[in-house]
Amino acid sequence: MNDTVNPRDWAGQPAYIVPEYKSTPLRGPTKPLIPLPQTLSEVTGPVYGHEAVTGNDADLTRNGRRNGEPLGERIIVAGRVLDEDGRPLPNTLLEIWQANAGGRYIHATDQHDAPIDPNFFGGGRCVTDAEGRYQFMTIKPGAYPWPNHHNAWRPNHIHFSLFGPSFLTRLVTQMYFPGDPLLDLDPIFLATPAETRDLLVSKFSLDLTQPNYALGYRFDIVLRGRSATPMEA
Amino acid sequence: MTKLRQTPSQTVGPYFAYGLSPEQYGYQHGLTSIAGHDMAAGDVEGQQIRIEGRVFDGAGNVISDALIEVWQADALGRYAHPADPRGSNSNFKGFGRCGTGTDPQNRFWFDTIKPGAPEAGQAPHLSVIVTMRGMLLHAFTRIYFSDEASANAADKVLNAVPAERRNTLIATKRDGNVYRFDIHMQGDNETVFFDA
Ligand SMILES: [Fe+2]
Repeated sequence: MNDTVNPRDWAGQPAYIVPEYKSTPLRGPTKPLIPLPQTLSEVTGPVYGHEAVTGNDADLTRNGRRNGEPLGERIIVAGRVLDEDGRPLPNTLLEIWQANAGGRYIHATDQHDAPIDPNFFGGGRCVTDAEGRYQFMTIKPGAYPWPNHHNAWRPNHIHFSLFGPSFLTRLVTQMYFPGDPLLDLDPIFLATPAETRDLLVSKFSLDLTQPNYALGYRFDIVLRGRSATPMEA
Repeated sequence: MTKLRQTPSQTVGPYFAYGLSPEQYGYQHGLTSIAGHDMAAGDVEGQQIRIEGRVFDGAGNVISDALIEVWQADALGRYAHPADPRGSNSNFKGFGRCGTGTDPQNRFWFDTIKPGAPEAGQAPHLSVIVTMRGMLLHAFTRIYFSDEASANAADKVLNAVPAERRNTLIATKRDGNVYRFDIHMQGDNETVFFDA
């Protein structure tokens, strides 16, 4: 017997090809996936801990400053990274990126006619503590248009990337905000099965909110856990 | 016991570069990159190689906003991870990350060392994550080497792949120490992707 990483929860994940999200039909794999045994190559994975985070990496209101403060609504985004049994995952790297308050990315290919904020970069990272907790300070991202269909707008969101304990626990996702009217219109959010969609929506938290400074949003993240099952030879 | 559901995956979108590979894309302020295409910088033991390729969509067009991540053992087949008790060459981290948006031909490339076989029954290989705008969840594949024919023939993963599709997992040796590995998301030559 040995510990193996639990399978992907396929029933709770979006499909590779979702016609309403028009970039997917030519990009998602179409042939059946081949089962891969969990070898040493899969149960290991890149290790990035506290040494990967320096200075203001977790404070996006500071890490892009040139000559002043970024514009927009300051927010705190915090939560825990857990496995499926609710065990905290300590020392796990989170990388985030997002649009500025006006809905503009500084990426060279973003042509949205909204202002660049010279004091906002929009990327950050941090590492979970011993209880699996993380916390970012940032600016609430604006909604932005995208060319998927007529008058298509992405809801406010922050992109998250995590490694977790092995190559198999890697997760790239997006965090949304409660009550956003664009959620019900967004093919990317709606591509997630209804039963797990709410896991992508953060919750407003008065506990996290800092008086006279910034609203708090809680977003917990669950990565693939482990089970005691026979290791494939 | 009630288990928590896994957080669903969402696409990296077109603008992952300044969060995940800011230095490759030339962002001068904000963040440094934790990983890039240069995996063998410093005093790393082993045979220096380059792996390069392009990513094609189902219409045969080159994809300019894909992100490729690789994970590999060192030259002696050891992973830099606690689950591998052997440890690795201390200068070799084993992780690389490259977007396809900066090369004029939209190639990804990794300057690395050729990995050793990590354990019996496995040929030298890299583990690969493919993701991009237009993928709601990432795909897993592997890169093997064309000049490891006998090890490949004994590899348990390759042997579980239908024979006519194995070639999609094998990087072809070109001039010098350059290996070519193109990724086809769809079509007759669709790369083998794994349920891992
Ligand atoms: Fe986005």
